[in-house]
Amino acid sequence: MTKSTTNIEHAVTVRNVHKNYGDVQALENMSLDFPRGQLTSLLGPSGCGKTTLLKIIAGLLPATSGEIIVNGTPVTGPGPDRAFVFQDFALLPWASVLRNVAFGLELRGVAKSEREAIAEKYIANVGLAGFENSFPHELSGGMRQRVGLARALSVDAQVLLMDEPFSAVDEQTRRKFQEDLLGLVKNENKTFIFVTHSIEEAVYVSDQIAILLPRPSRVSEIIKPSGFRHKSADHIRRDPEYLDIVDNIWASLRSYVE
Amino acid sequence: MNLFGYRLPGMSSLLLWGALWELVGHLEVTFFLPPLSAIFATLLEIASTKVFIKALADTGYAFFVGTFSAIVIGIPVGILMGKNRLIDEMLLPWVNMFLSAPLTALVPVLMVLFGFGLQAIIITTALFAIWIIVLNARAGVLQINRSLVEMAHSFGASPTDAFFKIYFWAALPEILGGVRIGFIRAVKGVIIGQLLISIVGFGALFELYSANFLMKHFWAVLLVLFSLAFLIAEFLAYLERRVAYYAARRAS
Repeated sequence: MTKSTTNIEHAVTVRNVHKNYGDVQALENMSLDFPRGQLTSLLGPSGCGKTTLLKIIAGLLPATSGEIIVNGTPVTGPGPDRAFVFQDFALLPWASVLRNVAFGLELRGVAKSEREAIAEKYIANVGLAGFENSFPHELSGGMRQRVGLARALSVDAQVLLMDEPFSAVDEQTRRKFQEDLLGLVKNENKTFIFVTHSIEEAVYVSDQIAILLPRPSRVSEIIKPSGFRHKSADHIRRDPEYLDIVDNIWASLRSYVE
Repeated sequence: MNLFGYRLPGMSSLLLWGALWELVGHLEVTFFLPPLSAIFATLLEIASTKVFIKALADTGYAFFVGTFSAIVIGIPVGILMGKNRLIDEMLLPWVNMFLSAPLTALVPVLMVLFGFGLQAIIITTALFAIWIIVLNARAGVLQINRSLVEMAHSFGASPTDAFFKIYFWAALPEILGGVRIGFIRAVKGVIIGQLLISIVGFGALFELYSANFLMKHFWAVLLVLFSLAFLIAEFLAYLERRVAYYAARRAS
């Protein structure tokens, strides 16, 4: 980490966050820490406020009360320390892959040659070399999300916010993504906050899983899988601890699923 | 369309109607409808005259200045209406009213306000074109994928960046559709202006030829006008098709 902060252990801290939409309480008194350099999943049934929390951390939604601290600084809006990966990819349909990946840097005023050099590097990193001049509509769903991921990586934010990034891609692509994500967490030295509604996915990729329950929305449990994190991607799904955690989470969530 | 196994090019039916026109013309049913060939002959004859070229230039100038103003004002206003609820509430009733109002009835008012010259004609032209351009740009912005806006916001886009890099491009298919219809309405506007406000340009030629029963001349000028309007509309439709690929796939 380049930045020295008051709290080196946690990259992001959520403290007593409330969010109301009129009379409807979306989040009630939510507090949560996100350890630096690790991947934390927000997992829960629909309506538990996981995407709302992520967007508040991103600075896209204001919290009604409470505070979000990123690297020691309270969040007041979007900032260069965080990058967002969208569920529906949010690519510019009129722009090439290269411009899409460089778009975050373009908005930050980075010169064209420099930002395109950076973008090309990340396009290659996510396995899309050769597609720089393609347009989003020429790519499959999985490839589009790789573009979205490359865009988020190229701005070099310390915190990556991912809103159900793999839910719009097919099952096989999704598995490949999950394996790649493990590599990314290991190599990129960034903090990942990952929203998902898939229990298996959360347990597979996470260092820490926050189970969110609805009505009122709250953190019910924090699980830290430890035994299989060092194992190779192929062995995780057969690990007894992995299977136990998946079963336990399902047991605590099942009564909330209609 | 296919005929006897051959694929006919678009607009082939025009040939049929042209032939019918020629036939009726030769039958001399009415002085009002001379043969098409005679009209083309007259067209060639008058196309090189100073009067015709001056009329074409006058009409063209008023037309392009009028539509240009309508586009330059209409698109940003429409985008702002789509973006901002308050501006939308303020302006939408007026835009809807003017869109459906018989604008021709307003021309005398414009004459009082702006005189009998070119200025009033240009304003008439712009007034015919602008409302549909505003409404279409607004509609284009209203259907923008919300996550594109969030994406720009999350990467720190300034309002100006968002306007020129997201809203304008995302609404472009609808904007071009509006501009195309706006151009067609502007043709109407410029001729009505030239007939009612001051007798110049093509309006003057129509007046002159029809008052003197010069039907061949009258039709020749009308054909030129129709073809120009048609060409402009087709060109814009072509541009529209070029961006249509992402109109359908904007969700990605």
